[in-house]
Amino acid sequence: MSSKVRIAVVGLGKMGLSHFAMVNAHPDAETLACDGSGFLVDVLSRNIATPIHKDYAVLLEKERLDAVVIATPSRLHAPMVRAALDRDIHVFCEKPFCLDWADSAALTELAAERGRVAQVGYHYRYVGAFREMKRILDSGALGRVTHVLAEAYGPVVLRPKRATWRTSKEEGGGCLYDYAAHPLNLLNWFFGTPDQVTGSVLGQVFSEGTDDEVFSTLRWNDGPTAQLSVNWSDESYRKMSTKIAMIGTNGRLYADRQECQLYLREPHDALPGYGPGWTVKYTTELTEDAWFYLRGEEYSAQLAEFIAAVRDGKGAAAENSFASATETDRTLAMIIENAETGLPVGAARARAPEPAKRRGWFGR
Amino acid sequence: MDRLLFGINHMSEEKARAQAMRFRKTDAIMEVLDIAYDEGIRTFMCTTHDRIAEVAERVRANPARYRDFTFYPCMPYAHKYANAVTEHGMVGALKHFMPEDGLFATALAGGKALATREVDGMARVLIDMEMKMFAGTKTPVIFVQNVFTDLLLGMGFTRAFRIFHDHIVEKYGAEPAYITMNMPMLLDALAKEGIERPIICANINKIGFRMSGGFDAYLDALKSGRVRAIAMSVYASGAIPPDEAIHWISELPGVESIVFGASSAGNIRGTKALVDRYMRVAA
Repeated sequence: MSSKVRIAVVGLGKMGLSHFAMVNAHPDAETLACDGSGFLVDVLSRNIATPIHKDYAVLLEKERLDAVVIATPSRLHAPMVRAALDRDIHVFCEKPFCLDWADSAALTELAAERGRVAQVGYHYRYVGAFREMKRILDSGALGRVTHVLAEAYGPVVLRPKRATWRTSKEEGGGCLYDYAAHPLNLLNWFFGTPDQVTGSVLGQVFSEGTDDEVFSTLRWNDGPTAQLSVNWSDESYRKMSTKIAMIGTNGRLYADRQECQLYLREPHDALPGYGPGWTVKYTTELTEDAWFYLRGEEYSAQLAEFIAAVRDGKGAAAENSFASATETDRTLAMIIENAETGLPVGAARARAPEPAKRRGWFGR
Repeated sequence: MDRLLFGINHMSEEKARAQAMRFRKTDAIMEVLDIAYDEGIRTFMCTTHDRIAEVAERVRANPARYRDFTFYPCMPYAHKYANAVTEHGMVGALKHFMPEDGLFATALAGGKALATREVDGMARVLIDMEMKMFAGTKTPVIFVQNVFTDLLLGMGFTRAFRIFHDHIVEKYGAEPAYITMNMPMLLDALAKEGIERPIICANINKIGFRMSGGFDAYLDALKSGRVRAIAMSVYASGAIPPDEAIHWISELPGVESIVFGASSAGNIRGTKALVDRYMRVAA
């Protein structure tokens, strides 16, 4: 059927395999795969019907493709994405987008010029509870938000271990790129790129080549101050867990993958259905069923939206555009610079001091 | 199969953490299993988590108490493998779970392409490693866990289901079964591999929660008589009142059992009473 989207999943590692399974099961996709040689490629190519190319250049040269999903190690993202866009192929790229945010900005421009659907795999923006958090925030019901805590914990590096690209800083490994990128991307979604980054620490627990924990303070001149606390050497979590809490003048808002909790001091017209005090909504009630479920609706949903945008001839991604992922790459670069130099990165505008009021002894 | 199976709910992170705290000691797990067992729920559906090995040990150690205690193992325990792949890489993870001195570990270390029959043999060794902890207990039904089932299904690697099926039947004299979030699609894939009337455990609930492929497709599959279904998430994470949920399930054709997780005696007895009321006559 020619109306199907011809899409190649490139890189069959941990994320790539999962993307491949979901794309391959999608009714509107005709799927190909691409990965260098190796044990897994060898086994797969003898057991599944999908053609598996071993060379990306040959794949682009020989196959007529509508789209690619790039799930290779991070340092390969920029050249592979550029090669696809140069051929007018739509791109879904795994996160983090590019290790050098100048590449991210250039590719954002290129994708816009070519009118391609260009999306990055920050799947938390498809989690029902975080979408609800965004909706509540945008409604203004929380009042002026001043105080944010963004966290992620999980069990990736629990002892000194052999090196892979995920543990090499130069290749985009490490807790910052792998874990911290997620809560940072959510902060970018909520508040944009921070104006100033201070107090960043990229700490090592077990790794030699890269960071296992991240701390940072991010400031938005017209928004809140956020603290980031991330650690991927925490065995008490079964898997990665991301959570955001914020305090505003009208209450407190919290979300993780499971639920969104809102405490409102006063109800707000822009947010019907939420009364004063606590209201809890679960991701299960905020989420639509996927066409194919592998490991969470959000993973299926982001690919479904990408495939639909390509199929329907949309010229841009509905969510997680290259431009939005570039904000995250910039934020990551600010944290690295701040951690390395110890100097604040970016400029915080001092808040206009409030004129002191003259008060009597019992003035109120 | 029994009408009612006891399982451990791992759906929510919050619940998983609360359970990890409460069930830190095997005693606490046994306490709940004992309540279920004494209520006549004799089948425990569980992952191949290390902690389950200790439960199996208790059951083996007291044959008089646990004469009818039955395990339905679900393999592999996904997080164990996912973390191993992150830590050791794909091949490293495989080696990690193989017997150290075995033929396949040596073959993998060689790094050259393996013949299909070697890959099949490796899959069988991995199954055997997962089953080790259940030696000497009753395991009449053995499952592939859902992330693994659905990964193979999505990739179209359906021959793996056949390898699993044949090995479970031949070596363990047990019934092979599959947990999935995509029942209609899996049913077709198994049929293509010549696996008829499979035991499939999937979400089946009145509101269609996490029934991927669509509510109607699930009902059609159940009515077709092509599947022996075990329903999980019948309460849809608490969205459906228990009485209504079980009553609805009891009137569906094709559902042979319900698996549920509970940690209080009251919840266990409540679900048992509902199943006795609505499902006993349905057989």
